[in-house]
Amino acid sequence: MELKEKLVSSFLAFESTVDTTNSTHDIRSEAIKFFEIYGFPTKKNEAWKYTSLNNILKQDFILFPKNEVALEYKDVKKYFINDLDSYKIVFIDGVYSSHLSSTTHDKIDVCLMSSALTQNRFKQVIDVYYNTIVKEDGMTALNTAYAKEGAYIYIPKNTIADKPIEVVHFSTGSNGTLLCQPRNLIVVEDRSQVTIVERHQNLSTEKAFTNSVTEIYAGKNANIDYYKIQNDTKLSSLVDNTFVEQHDTSVASVHTFAFGGEITRNNLNFYQKGQGIDSILNGVTILEGKTHVDHNTLVEHQEPNCESHQDYKGIFDDKATGVFNGKIIVDQIAQKTNAFQSNNNILLSDKATVNSKPQLEIFADDVKCSHGCTIGQLDESALFYMRSRGIATKEAKALLMYAFANNVLESVKIPQLKKRINNLIAEKLGVSIGFDL
Amino acid sequence: MSKFTEDDLKKELETKEYEYGFYTDIESDTFPVGLNEDVVRAISAKKNEPKWMTDWRVDAFRIWSAMEEPEWANVKYNKPDFQAISYYSAPKKTDPNKSLEDVDPELLATFEKLGISLDEQKKLSGVAVDVVVDSVSVATTFKKTLNEKGIIFCSISEAIQEHPELVKKYIGSIVPKTDNFYAALNSAVFTDGSFCYIPKGVKCPMELSTYFRINQGGTGQFERTLLVADQGSYVSYLEGCTAPSRDENQLHAAVVELIALDDAEIKYSTVQNWFPGDKEGKGGVFNFVTKRGLCENNAKISWTQVETGSAVTWKYPSCILKGNNSVGEFYSIAVTNNYQQADTGTKMIHLGKNTKSTIISKGISAGKSQNSYRGLVQISPRAENARNFSQCDSLLMGNECGAHTFPYIEAKNKTAQIEHEATTSKIGEDQIFYCNQRGIDTEKAIALIVNGFSKEVLNKLPMEFAVEAQKLLEISLEGSVG
Repeated sequence: MELKEKLVSSFLAFESTVDTTNSTHDIRSEAIKFFEIYGFPTKKNEAWKYTSLNNILKQDFILFPKNEVALEYKDVKKYFINDLDSYKIVFIDGVYSSHLSSTTHDKIDVCLMSSALTQNRFKQVIDVYYNTIVKEDGMTALNTAYAKEGAYIYIPKNTIADKPIEVVHFSTGSNGTLLCQPRNLIVVEDRSQVTIVERHQNLSTEKAFTNSVTEIYAGKNANIDYYKIQNDTKLSSLVDNTFVEQHDTSVASVHTFAFGGEITRNNLNFYQKGQGIDSILNGVTILEGKTHVDHNTLVEHQEPNCESHQDYKGIFDDKATGVFNGKIIVDQIAQKTNAFQSNNNILLSDKATVNSKPQLEIFADDVKCSHGCTIGQLDESALFYMRSRGIATKEAKALLMYAFANNVLESVKIPQLKKRINNLIAEKLGVSIGFDL
Repeated sequence: MSKFTEDDLKKELETKEYEYGFYTDIESDTFPVGLNEDVVRAISAKKNEPKWMTDWRVDAFRIWSAMEEPEWANVKYNKPDFQAISYYSAPKKTDPNKSLEDVDPELLATFEKLGISLDEQKKLSGVAVDVVVDSVSVATTFKKTLNEKGIIFCSISEAIQEHPELVKKYIGSIVPKTDNFYAALNSAVFTDGSFCYIPKGVKCPMELSTYFRINQGGTGQFERTLLVADQGSYVSYLEGCTAPSRDENQLHAAVVELIALDDAEIKYSTVQNWFPGDKEGKGGVFNFVTKRGLCENNAKISWTQVETGSAVTWKYPSCILKGNNSVGEFYSIAVTNNYQQADTGTKMIHLGKNTKSTIISKGISAGKSQNSYRGLVQISPRAENARNFSQCDSLLMGNECGAHTFPYIEAKNKTAQIEHEATTSKIGEDQIFYCNQRGIDTEKAIALIVNGFSKEVLNKLPMEFAVEAQKLLEISLEGSVG
């Protein structure tokens, strides 16, 4: 049976596991109908021109994990950020692990989507925000239909979250090849602030596929810093759909560090619904082996006097494929918009491929919009310079790559996380350059 | 002196009517409307074509019938009804033996109005003009000079009769019948166009030029241009278009094929000023053109275009850089005003080693127009040391127009070096202020800035054409170009 049919026919079985009396039941039913009509995206879909899910979809995925798996903190400690005091929301095979997590309801809510969707005290927030920011397509509709678990973060007005929040998804393989569909809702109300780090990690030798949807609401003057660490094994694939709605003078930044995974697709969408907004989209991609990362970004400027900054750097070795598909839309009323988009790539191997499609769609005249895209190699003369001063080729190359990715790394605000990412890159390049950036 | 502001300019742009809109009454020999296999055969018969050509056309028609009209371009329009178009229209008084003096005086007056008097051109500018009015060549000049060099420059129907071996070898080799909807249609029903062959090692002594006009109401124009530059040769080819005012939409689906063999160089310049429709967006020409060139080793193809006309433009002059060390260039200015829509750009397909391409695209949108750049830079795995530089700049005038950029960049070789840049902006208040400060009034300042914005491309036009390009830019953006 094809995965699509399986998903459609399993919907009833799924519905029996959740409360069908509340308002999310209708949202779910609508979504599965939508998915039944549109299904999975194919290469014929312009936005999916360079990424094919066919290989993944051939798998016979298990939709409902049977076994509950426990993990010891010491075994998975390395996947959390060292020495960082944080709230943690941890899922194992899509199921919440209270043992590894540390949540709170003190001033702010850092807890589970399953509680938020079912308990009355969250109803007000859910009714206002849930499923309002997401734009429906085959993948997001599928997630909405099966939405049950995920992270729920609510920061009320005038509040600064006292600690960063880590959201970690583990897959253990003990439930077979699993299709996980986490659904996250992050509401940051006026004049509030939060920092979130998200990570997906496959611990097994089984394939894993995650189709995640995250809705982020940034109220007036809100400040959101979101980090995505994608350093998964070659057996894991991820379709990440993130939707950010911003209001007056809010600042939202999403930093994506893509270092692995069979196929990683990041659909990152920003909707600016107020003035004086700044949206920041940063990404570093370092790939080798037969891996594929597709950054598909959209920034829609709907009001005047806003800014957006996109900066994506990619280094591709072996048979890796990198895709950047960025779109900036400036609506007619969005005068005085400043929108910048930059995508720089380095190809290290003849088998590596880069497809870049930076797009501008501009309907307002008083704007400054630009995009730049480059594809090239490491500078031979710079390499020679370092070699002539006694730096080994490998280290010299690594240094140049660090320098190449540096302005994105610099934007990481948590020192511990910066260190962690530095280590990941050093590990990736197989060098120890002996300093922190 | 009264102050000329951007608002004044906008107003002027909006109210500016198409100056060259007039209609010459020439008795035409026109087919009834509609398209089927018989019409295709009739066109072929009318032109006394050999059997292989007829078969080729019929084949193209069959391919076309099975195709669907593409919808991916960023343009909106009412699709033309292909059964409501007459596919053949020729001015009646054509006689292959007649000289320039025999040409219909009314027709000559038309050209005079356009400022391209044949006499004048013949005597003064040294440009050979193969004039196409409604699909059939009327007069060819300077044939003799060209003949001495062995250059063949004639209408494509003449070439089919007299040089069938060349036409047969190259036609459809770059743009196959199956290429796209409009190319297939063109292959089936093309009525005329130009053919040019430059023999080995010959440097064409003059700029070759063809002026196209759509003249007969209700007829589509399907030009076919085939240009072959043999090894080591050089040619600069000019193509210019103006069309009279019409209320119903006219379809123009041309195919241009360029072949630059080893060490050859082709420079192809276009000034396009088909009727863009009036300021309510009524009427105007649909311009769906397939232009493509193939470069063999060390060859170079350079496309330069100034696009000011057409209600809807859909045009991507491309280069296939097949040979090693081949070079492709694309310089474009696209100006859209009122309700015009342009989706234009280029494709640079790098196949050979050490291939280079440059793309400079300037878009100016005014009124309620939409201007899109759509381009592809593709580096195949074997294209070692390929180099590309692309720059797409858009200038917006008024807040009801749109500028869009859709570049596709695909690199499959690690030695590739690709740079792509795009900017969108309007004429800055500070720029105008700077000029004002130095005693340059606002009108001149705008002129200066627009001129500077397009200079990179205007500079690439051959001398003879630069004047006309300036003239056509003035029609679209009068008051802004000095």
